[in-house]
Amino acid sequence: MTQKQKKQITAITVFSIAFGICPAANAMHIMEGYLPVAYCIAWGVLCLPFLVTGFMKIKKTLDENRRAMTLLAISGAFIFVISSLKIPSVTGSCSHMTGTGLGAILFGPCSVSILGIIVLIFQAVILAHGGLTSLGANAFSMAIAGPFFSYGVYALCKKCNVNRRITVFLAASIGDLFTYCVTSVQLALAYPSEAGGVLASAVKFLSVFAPTQLPLAVVEGLLTAAIVICLESFAKPELKSVGYI
Amino acid sequence: MEKNQKKLFAVLIIAAILIAAIPFLALKDAEFGGSDDAGSVMVEEIHGEYDPWFTPVLESMIGREIPGEIETLLFCVQTGIGVGIIAFFMGRLYERRKLGKDNEEL
Repeated sequence: MTQKQKKQITAITVFSIAFGICPAANAMHIMEGYLPVAYCIAWGVLCLPFLVTGFMKIKKTLDENRRAMTLLAISGAFIFVISSLKIPSVTGSCSHMTGTGLGAILFGPCSVSILGIIVLIFQAVILAHGGLTSLGANAFSMAIAGPFFSYGVYALCKKCNVNRRITVFLAASIGDLFTYCVTSVQLALAYPSEAGGVLASAVKFLSVFAPTQLPLAVVEGLLTAAIVICLESFAKPELKSVGYI
Repeated sequence: MEKNQKKLFAVLIIAAILIAAIPFLALKDAEFGGSDDAGSVMVEEIHGEYDPWFTPVLESMIGREIPGEIETLLFCVQTGIGVGIIAFFMGRLYERRKLGKDNEEL
Protein backbone atom coordinates (compact mmCIF):
# COMPACT_ATOMS: atom_id res chain seq x y z
CA MET A 1 0.00 0.00 0.00
CA THR A 2 1.41 3.34 -0.93
CA GLN A 3 1.77 6.23 1.45
CA LYS A 4 -0.98 8.06 -0.37
CA GLN A 5 -3.48 5.29 0.04
CA LYS A 6 -2.70 4.95 3.70
CA LYS A 7 -3.50 8.60 4.07
CA GLN A 8 -6.77 8.13 2.20
CA ILE A 9 -7.86 5.31 4.42
CA THR A 10 -6.94 7.20 7.56
CA ALA A 11 -8.94 10.20 6.41
CA ILE A 12 -11.98 8.08 5.62
CA THR A 13 -11.74 6.25 8.93
CA VAL A 14 -11.54 9.46 10.94
CA PHE A 15 -14.51 10.81 9.08
CA SER A 16 -16.56 7.67 9.71
CA ILE A 17 -15.72 7.56 13.39
CA ALA A 18 -16.54 11.23 13.83
CA PHE A 19 -19.92 10.63 12.23
CA GLY A 20 -20.50 7.38 14.08
CA ILE A 21 -20.10 9.02 17.48
CA CYS A 22 -22.66 11.76 16.79
CA PRO A 23 -25.96 11.03 18.50
CA ALA A 24 -28.29 9.53 15.92
CA ALA A 25 -31.49 10.70 14.01
CA ASN A 26 -32.95 10.69 10.34
CA ALA A 27 -35.88 9.68 7.99
CA MET A 28 -36.99 8.34 4.63
CA HIS A 29 -39.57 9.46 2.12
CA ILE A 30 -42.66 11.43 2.99
CA MET A 31 -45.52 9.01 3.50
CA GLU A 32 -48.53 8.75 1.22
CA GLY A 33 -51.28 11.16 2.20
CA TYR A 34 -49.18 13.02 4.74
CA LEU A 35 -48.60 16.11 2.67
CA PRO A 36 -51.44 18.60 2.05
CA VAL A 37 -52.68 18.71 -1.55
CA ALA A 38 -51.37 22.19 -2.29
CA TYR A 39 -47.85 21.16 -1.29
CA CYS A 40 -48.03 17.97 -3.34
CA ILE A 41 -48.88 19.94 -6.44
CA ALA A 42 -46.37 22.70 -5.76
CA TRP A 43 -43.45 20.30 -5.31
CA GLY A 44 -44.56 18.31 -8.33
CA VAL A 45 -44.61 21.39 -10.54
CA LEU A 46 -41.25 22.46 -9.19
CA CYS A 47 -39.79 19.13 -10.29
CA LEU A 48 -41.03 19.33 -13.87
CA PRO A 49 -38.34 21.58 -15.37
CA PHE A 50 -35.61 19.38 -13.87
CA LEU A 51 -37.23 16.21 -15.16
CA VAL A 52 -37.69 17.59 -18.66
CA THR A 53 -34.10 18.84 -18.74
CA GLY A 54 -32.94 15.49 -17.42
CA PHE A 55 -34.86 13.58 -20.05
CA MET A 56 -33.44 15.66 -22.85
CA LYS A 57 -29.95 15.41 -21.42
CA ILE A 58 -30.09 11.64 -21.16
CA LYS A 59 -31.39 11.40 -24.71
CA LYS A 60 -28.61 13.62 -25.96
CA THR A 61 -25.95 11.70 -24.05
CA LEU A 62 -27.13 8.40 -25.46
CA ASP A 63 -27.49 9.70 -29.01
CA GLU A 64 -23.96 10.98 -29.02
CA ASN A 65 -22.37 8.19 -27.11
CA ARG A 66 -23.67 4.63 -26.92
CA ARG A 67 -20.95 3.70 -24.46
CA ALA A 68 -22.69 5.78 -21.83
CA MET A 69 -25.54 3.26 -21.81
CA THR A 70 -23.59 0.82 -19.65
CA LEU A 71 -22.78 3.43 -17.05
CA LEU A 72 -26.31 4.80 -17.10
CA ALA A 73 -27.72 1.33 -16.48
CA ILE A 74 -25.27 0.73 -13.65
CA SER A 75 -26.06 4.10 -12.06
CA GLY A 76 -29.78 3.39 -12.22
CA ALA A 77 -29.36 -0.12 -10.85
CA PHE A 78 -27.16 1.25 -8.08
CA ILE A 79 -30.01 3.52 -6.95
CA PHE A 80 -32.33 0.52 -7.04
CA VAL A 81 -30.07 -1.55 -4.82
CA ILE A 82 -29.01 1.16 -2.39
CA SER A 83 -32.47 2.59 -1.84
CA SER A 84 -33.95 -0.84 -1.16
CA LEU A 85 -31.61 -1.62 1.71
CA LYS A 86 -33.02 -0.54 5.04
CA ILE A 87 -30.08 -0.32 7.35
CA PRO A 88 -30.17 -0.30 11.16
CA SER A 89 -28.68 2.83 12.65
CA VAL A 90 -27.33 3.97 15.98
CA THR A 91 -30.67 5.52 16.99
CA GLY A 92 -32.36 2.17 17.00
CA SER A 93 -34.43 2.79 13.92
CA CYS A 94 -33.85 1.91 10.29
CA SER A 95 -33.55 4.09 7.27
CA HIS A 96 -32.33 3.65 3.75
CA MET A 97 -29.90 5.50 1.54
CA THR A 98 -30.51 7.21 -1.76
CA GLY A 99 -27.72 6.00 -4.05
CA THR A 100 -28.08 9.02 -6.32
CA GLY A 101 -24.51 10.23 -5.81
CA LEU A 102 -22.98 7.91 -8.39
CA GLY A 103 -25.27 9.05 -11.19
CA ALA A 104 -24.85 12.70 -10.23
CA ILE A 105 -21.07 12.42 -10.46
CA LEU A 106 -21.09 10.57 -13.79
CA PHE A 107 -23.98 12.22 -15.63
CA GLY A 108 -24.78 15.43 -13.82
CA PRO A 109 -27.70 16.09 -11.50
CA CYS A 110 -30.45 16.59 -14.11
CA SER A 111 -30.02 13.16 -15.66
CA VAL A 112 -30.22 11.51 -12.25
CA SER A 113 -33.63 13.02 -11.62
CA ILE A 114 -35.04 10.61 -14.22
CA LEU A 115 -33.31 7.60 -12.67
CA GLY A 116 -34.41 8.67 -9.20
CA ILE A 117 -38.04 9.15 -10.11
CA ILE A 118 -38.20 5.68 -11.66
CA VAL A 119 -37.16 4.23 -8.30
CA LEU A 120 -39.58 6.46 -6.40
CA ILE A 121 -42.51 5.42 -8.61
CA PHE A 122 -41.53 1.78 -8.22
CA GLN A 123 -41.45 2.13 -4.44
CA ALA A 124 -44.67 4.14 -4.25
CA VAL A 125 -46.71 1.77 -6.40
CA ILE A 126 -45.33 -1.64 -5.55
CA LEU A 127 -43.95 -1.21 -2.05
CA ALA A 128 -46.40 1.37 -0.63
CA HIS A 129 -43.24 3.19 0.47
CA GLY A 130 -43.23 6.92 -0.09
CA GLY A 131 -46.32 7.70 -2.14
CA LEU A 132 -47.83 8.85 -5.39
CA THR A 133 -49.30 11.98 -3.83
CA SER A 134 -45.99 12.88 -2.22
CA LEU A 135 -44.05 11.82 -5.33
CA GLY A 136 -43.31 15.43 -6.27
CA ALA A 137 -41.90 16.28 -2.87
CA ASN A 138 -39.91 13.06 -2.63
CA ALA A 139 -38.60 13.48 -6.15
CA PHE A 140 -37.49 16.98 -5.30
CA SER A 141 -35.55 15.91 -2.22
CA MET A 142 -34.10 12.61 -3.40
CA ALA A 143 -33.84 12.95 -7.17
CA ILE A 144 -33.11 16.66 -7.51
CA ALA A 145 -31.84 18.44 -4.38
CA GLY A 146 -29.58 15.59 -3.22
CA PRO A 147 -27.93 14.99 -6.60
CA PHE A 148 -27.46 18.73 -7.17
CA PHE A 149 -25.70 19.03 -3.84
CA SER A 150 -23.61 15.93 -4.57
CA TYR A 151 -22.62 17.39 -7.87
CA GLY A 152 -21.75 20.70 -6.23
CA VAL A 153 -19.49 18.95 -3.73
CA TYR A 154 -17.95 16.90 -6.52
CA ALA A 155 -17.26 19.96 -8.66
CA LEU A 156 -15.82 21.86 -5.71
CA CYS A 157 -13.51 19.03 -4.63
CA LYS A 158 -12.40 18.52 -8.21
CA LYS A 159 -11.49 22.16 -8.47
CA CYS A 160 -9.49 21.96 -5.24
CA ASN A 161 -7.71 18.85 -6.51
CA VAL A 162 -8.92 16.61 -3.72
CA ASN A 163 -8.16 12.93 -4.24
CA ARG A 164 -10.75 11.40 -6.56
CA ARG A 165 -11.96 8.68 -4.23
CA ILE A 166 -12.35 11.02 -1.31
CA THR A 167 -14.24 13.35 -3.62
CA VAL A 168 -16.63 10.56 -4.53
CA PHE A 169 -17.05 9.59 -0.90
CA LEU A 170 -17.79 13.15 0.18
CA ALA A 171 -20.12 13.88 -2.71
CA ALA A 172 -22.21 10.77 -2.12
CA SER A 173 -22.45 11.02 1.65
CA ILE A 174 -23.11 14.75 1.85
CA GLY A 175 -25.68 14.48 -0.94
CA ASP A 176 -27.44 11.75 1.02
CA LEU A 177 -27.55 13.89 4.15
CA PHE A 178 -28.79 16.87 2.20
CA THR A 179 -31.68 14.81 0.81
CA TYR A 180 -32.94 14.26 4.32
CA CYS A 181 -32.44 17.87 5.31
CA VAL A 182 -34.66 18.83 2.40
CA THR A 183 -37.25 16.25 3.45
CA SER A 184 -37.28 17.77 6.93
CA VAL A 185 -37.78 21.25 5.55
CA GLN A 186 -40.56 20.01 3.28
CA LEU A 187 -42.38 18.46 6.23
CA ALA A 188 -41.75 21.58 8.31
CA LEU A 189 -43.20 23.85 5.62
CA ALA A 190 -46.35 21.76 5.61
CA TYR A 191 -46.46 21.43 9.39
CA PRO A 192 -45.02 24.52 11.05
CA SER A 193 -45.11 24.09 14.81
CA GLU A 194 -47.35 26.43 16.74
CA ALA A 195 -44.62 27.72 19.00
CA GLY A 196 -41.72 28.41 16.67
CA GLY A 197 -43.11 28.25 13.14
CA VAL A 198 -41.38 26.54 10.24
CA LEU A 199 -37.90 26.76 11.69
CA ALA A 200 -38.71 25.08 15.00
CA SER A 201 -40.60 22.43 13.14
CA ALA A 202 -37.71 21.82 10.74
CA VAL A 203 -35.35 21.37 13.67
CA LYS A 204 -37.77 18.86 15.16
CA PHE A 205 -37.99 16.79 11.99
CA LEU A 206 -34.25 17.01 11.50
CA SER A 207 -33.70 15.72 15.01
CA VAL A 208 -35.71 12.63 14.08
CA PHE A 209 -34.05 12.08 10.75
CA ALA A 210 -30.47 13.35 11.04
CA PRO A 211 -28.95 11.07 13.69
CA THR A 212 -30.33 7.97 11.97
CA GLN A 213 -29.07 9.11 8.63
CA LEU A 214 -25.53 10.16 9.55
CA PRO A 215 -23.99 6.68 9.70
CA LEU A 216 -26.00 5.64 6.66
CA ALA A 217 -24.60 8.57 4.73
CA VAL A 218 -21.13 7.25 5.55
CA VAL A 219 -22.14 3.78 4.33
CA GLU A 220 -23.46 5.31 1.14
CA GLY A 221 -20.20 7.18 0.63
CA LEU A 222 -18.18 4.01 1.17
CA LEU A 223 -20.30 1.93 -1.20
CA THR A 224 -20.24 4.60 -3.88
CA ALA A 225 -16.47 4.84 -3.60
CA ALA A 226 -16.30 1.04 -3.86
CA ILE A 227 -18.31 0.86 -7.06
CA VAL A 228 -16.33 3.72 -8.54
CA ILE A 229 -13.13 1.75 -7.88
CA CYS A 230 -14.65 -1.18 -9.79
CA LEU A 231 -15.67 1.04 -12.66
CA GLU A 232 -12.29 2.73 -12.76
CA SER A 233 -10.56 -0.58 -13.26
CA PHE A 234 -12.97 -2.17 -15.73
CA ALA A 235 -14.78 0.63 -17.50
CA LYS A 236 -12.08 3.17 -18.26
CA PRO A 237 -13.21 3.87 -21.85
CA GLU A 238 -16.78 4.44 -20.71
CA LEU A 239 -15.72 6.75 -17.89
CA LYS A 240 -13.61 8.68 -20.34
CA SER A 241 -16.50 8.99 -22.74
CA VAL A 242 -18.71 10.65 -20.13
CA GLY A 243 -15.87 12.91 -19.06
CA TYR A 244 -15.28 11.50 -15.58
CA ILE A 245 -11.59 10.75 -16.10
CA MET B 1 -7.99 -4.67 -10.78
CA GLU B 2 -4.68 -3.89 -9.18
CA LYS B 3 -3.82 -5.34 -5.84
CA ASN B 4 -4.03 -2.02 -4.04
CA GLN B 5 -7.42 -1.34 -5.45
CA LYS B 6 -8.64 -4.76 -4.42
CA LYS B 7 -7.51 -4.09 -0.88
CA LEU B 8 -9.11 -0.67 -0.76
CA PHE B 9 -12.31 -2.14 -2.18
CA ALA B 10 -12.38 -4.80 0.51
CA VAL B 11 -11.72 -2.24 3.24
CA LEU B 12 -14.57 -0.06 2.03
CA ILE B 13 -17.05 -2.92 1.90
CA ILE B 14 -16.04 -4.24 5.31
CA ALA B 15 -16.32 -0.76 6.83
CA ALA B 16 -19.80 -0.38 5.34
CA ILE B 17 -20.89 -3.72 6.75
CA LEU B 18 -19.49 -2.87 10.18
CA ILE B 19 -21.25 0.49 10.35
CA ALA B 20 -24.52 -1.27 9.56
CA ALA B 21 -23.98 -4.28 11.82
CA ILE B 22 -22.63 -2.67 14.98
CA PRO B 23 -25.75 -0.70 16.02
CA PHE B 24 -27.83 -3.79 15.36
CA LEU B 25 -25.60 -5.94 17.56
CA ALA B 26 -24.99 -3.33 20.22
CA LEU B 27 -28.48 -1.93 20.77
CA LYS B 28 -30.29 -4.92 22.18
CA ASP B 29 -33.54 -3.17 23.10
CA ALA B 30 -34.03 -1.15 19.96
CA GLU B 31 -36.95 -2.01 17.69
CA PHE B 32 -35.41 -0.84 14.43
CA GLY B 33 -38.67 0.41 13.02
CA GLY B 34 -38.60 2.60 9.95
CA SER B 35 -37.88 6.26 10.46
CA ASP B 36 -40.90 6.85 8.18
CA ASP B 37 -43.00 5.86 11.15
CA ALA B 38 -41.01 8.16 13.38
CA GLY B 39 -41.83 10.88 10.85
CA SER B 40 -45.56 10.29 11.01
CA VAL B 41 -45.43 10.25 14.80
CA MET B 42 -43.71 13.62 14.66
CA VAL B 43 -46.38 14.99 12.32
CA GLU B 44 -49.03 14.00 14.83
CA GLU B 45 -47.08 15.52 17.66
CA ILE B 46 -46.89 18.89 15.92
CA HIS B 47 -50.22 18.86 14.20
CA GLY B 48 -52.40 16.84 16.54
CA GLU B 49 -54.31 13.79 15.32
CA TYR B 50 -53.67 13.38 11.61
CA ASP B 51 -55.62 11.34 9.11
CA PRO B 52 -53.67 10.71 5.91
CA TRP B 53 -55.91 11.80 3.05
CA PHE B 54 -54.68 9.17 0.65
CA THR B 55 -53.68 5.56 1.11
CA PRO B 56 -51.14 3.80 -1.08
CA VAL B 57 -52.71 2.34 -4.22
CA LEU B 58 -51.70 -1.20 -3.41
CA GLU B 59 -53.03 -0.94 0.13
CA SER B 60 -56.40 0.39 -0.96
CA MET B 61 -56.55 -2.38 -3.55
CA ILE B 62 -56.14 -5.17 -1.02
CA GLY B 63 -57.96 -3.17 1.63
CA ARG B 64 -55.30 -3.46 4.33
CA GLU B 65 -51.65 -2.81 4.99
CA ILE B 66 -49.15 -4.90 3.11
CA PRO B 67 -48.18 -7.81 5.37
CA GLY B 68 -44.62 -7.57 6.69
CA GLU B 69 -43.32 -10.67 4.95
CA ILE B 70 -44.76 -9.57 1.62
CA GLU B 71 -43.21 -6.15 2.02
CA THR B 72 -39.86 -7.79 2.68
CA LEU B 73 -40.33 -9.85 -0.46
CA LEU B 74 -41.09 -6.77 -2.52
CA PHE B 75 -38.05 -4.95 -1.20
CA CYS B 76 -35.96 -7.98 -2.10
CA VAL B 77 -37.39 -7.87 -5.60
CA GLN B 78 -36.18 -4.30 -5.87
CA THR B 79 -32.72 -5.25 -4.62
CA GLY B 80 -32.69 -8.22 -6.98
CA ILE B 81 -33.47 -6.14 -10.04
CA GLY B 82 -30.67 -3.73 -9.19
CA VAL B 83 -28.09 -6.38 -8.37
CA GLY B 84 -29.00 -8.30 -11.53
CA ILE B 85 -28.37 -5.32 -13.76
CA ILE B 86 -25.11 -4.37 -12.02
CA ALA B 87 -23.85 -7.95 -12.09
CA PHE B 88 -24.70 -8.36 -15.77
CA PHE B 89 -22.80 -5.26 -16.81
CA MET B 90 -19.87 -5.78 -14.44
CA GLY B 91 -19.59 -9.32 -15.80
CA ARG B 92 -19.44 -8.04 -19.35
CA LEU B 93 -16.86 -5.41 -18.41
CA TYR B 94 -14.78 -8.01 -16.59
CA GLU B 95 -14.78 -10.40 -19.54
CA ARG B 96 -13.89 -7.59 -21.90
CA ARG B 97 -10.81 -6.87 -19.81
CA LYS B 98 -9.96 -10.55 -19.64
CA LEU B 99 -10.13 -10.95 -23.40
CA GLY B 100 -7.90 -7.92 -23.82
CA LYS B 101 -10.54 -5.99 -25.76
CA ASP B 102 -10.58 -2.99 -23.46
CA ASN B 103 -11.32 -0.48 -26.13
CA GLU B 104 -14.18 -2.24 -27.80
CA GLU B 105 -17.66 -0.99 -27.25
CA LEU B 106 -20.10 -3.08 -25.30
